[in-house]
Amino acid sequence: MNENTPNPIIEMSGVSKWFDDFQVLKDVSLQVFSGERVVVCGPSGSGKSTLIRCINRLEEHQEGRIVVDGIELDQDTQHINKVRSEVGMVFQQFNLFPHLTVLENCTLGPMKVRGLSRKDAEALAMEYLQRVRIPEQAAKYPGSLSGGQQQRVAIARSLCMQPRIMLFDEPTSALDPEMIKEVLDVMIDLAESGMTMICVTHEMGFARTVAHQMVFMDEGRIIERSPPGKFFSEPEHERTKLFLSQILSH
Amino acid sequence: MSRFTSRYRWSWVDSVVLLGIIGFFGFIGYRVNTVLVYQWEWGFLPGYLFRWDEETQSLLPNLLVKGLLTTLRLAFWSIILATLIGFVTGMMRTSRRLFPRAFSRLYVELIRNVPPIVFIFVFYFFISSQIIPLLGLDTLDQRLGPSGQSVVEFLFGPVSLLSNTFSGIFCLALFEAAYITEIVRSGIQSVSVGQREAAMSIGLSRWQQMRYVVLPQAVQRVIPPLAGQFIILIKDSSIVSLISIQELTFLTLEVANSTQRVFEVWVFVAGVYFVLCYSCALIFRRLEMRLDSSRI
Ligand SMILES: Nc1ncnc2c1ncn2[C@@H]1O[C@H](COP(=O)(O)OP(=O)(O)O)[C@@H](O)[C@H]1O
Ligand SMILES: [Mg+2]
Repeated sequence: MNENTPNPIIEMSGVSKWFDDFQVLKDVSLQVFSGERVVVCGPSGSGKSTLIRCINRLEEHQEGRIVVDGIELDQDTQHINKVRSEVGMVFQQFNLFPHLTVLENCTLGPMKVRGLSRKDAEALAMEYLQRVRIPEQAAKYPGSLSGGQQQRVAIARSLCMQPRIMLFDEPTSALDPEMIKEVLDVMIDLAESGMTMICVTHEMGFARTVAHQMVFMDEGRIIERSPPGKFFSEPEHERTKLFLSQILSH
Repeated sequence: MSRFTSRYRWSWVDSVVLLGIIGFFGFIGYRVNTVLVYQWEWGFLPGYLFRWDEETQSLLPNLLVKGLLTTLRLAFWSIILATLIGFVTGMMRTSRRLFPRAFSRLYVELIRNVPPIVFIFVFYFFISSQIIPLLGLDTLDQRLGPSGQSVVEFLFGPVSLLSNTFSGIFCLALFEAAYITEIVRSGIQSVSVGQREAAMSIGLSRWQQMRYVVLPQAVQRVIPPLAGQFIILIKDSSIVSLISIQELTFLTLEVANSTQRVFEVWVFVAGVYFVLCYSCALIFRRLEMRLDSSRI
């Protein structure tokens, strides 16, 4: 890869996807550069989750190309596994492994995928648990943590794979209001460290602080894409205006 | 554990039910005593449990204890084998490939839709004439040294009956594994998609997702139904008496025939089966609680 003419780390071109005969993504193209932070918003059911889930092949697209860090996502399982180990994902429902302790949640990937020894994996895990400010919970099971704590563990679990890209799918939507901030703070930290991030979120304050680019989706299309300054002050499309007025009114 | 104990007040309904139960058994006892005029006679039983061997001057197990030991061995090995088979076919049931899915489905449906006795007769013929010689189990007794013989005898019972015992184990295990397959399948499917997706997103391969994320959670959930199936297996083991495996039911039949003390023998054996199955249930309940409380 040439340093002077940076290639996008994520390149989606003409991506379409159907669930049976329902088209969820319609000819979506999106480029994300290394270190860039993109916030995706849009009404429920517009295909935001599907879009980012295609990036680590939790969903398979039927048309178009997706290239992540130089690897094309096709039928090749090795490509898929490679991409997955480079891309971290945080889910709305946390999806921590309930039968493993917080520490074991974090060491599973590094040990089984990266082949780290238990000792190294645990050192790594503690480092990231420190970064999400929760090292004292390492020996507990996820079931005994609050939602905010669980989501921070989920972030640490992804970071332990030392991914080049992090995907967030509404990471604060399932949280009680008083816990949203602790998770957003961790995400802001991560953003400041230069991580490439794509976040689906309706936390517009967070988006303003962190995003380089805002992406607005509706009915399976990317309708608008612009830097937050422009996006919030002078959105081009009527639907974007309507959406923003609804979401910013409360 | 306190959350399992419910506080329940005794009400008049309970009294009625209890009276009904007492009355029912009282009636049976009355019929047996006065109408059948059955003379209970338990004295012969100990002699069929153990016998005094003049040659070695020691107490040796007699028919009923021998049968019990065979049943225990039969149940033990069948449970292990059936669990192994059941987990493999259970995972195959949830495979995304058609062949393993179709194969395990066929296996389950075949066994579930044929009466156990019919299955055992058909399969016994096949196992004893094909599989046992194929594995060389019919000549095992001749190839073993004396120390090998005593190990095998401890594990599988009398060496002379070895191929007979193995047939019983295979039949029983293959039969019960079909039910375990379904239990395992439902356990695997009860683990949420999100768990699999999280495992995928940290890059675990399909097998690793199964091994480290899905199966451990599935196993924990299937312990209660699995314990139930094991108990059914212990009881079902009496079926193999039909193919002359000399387990408890088979030998009890012999004792009943030769002593003519039909009631005593069968009542006694019912008690033995009950103790066996109930202890199995207790063991699994403890295991379940242990796993439950380790997660807090
Ligand atoms: N597995 C699926 N099968 C069928 N339809 C789905 C599936 N997942 C999502 N959809 C549909 O696709 C559309 C987009 O879903 P999603 O990407 O989750 O939207 P968003 O995240 O923007 O709310 C929705 O209408 C949803 O009902
Ligand atoms: Mg969504």
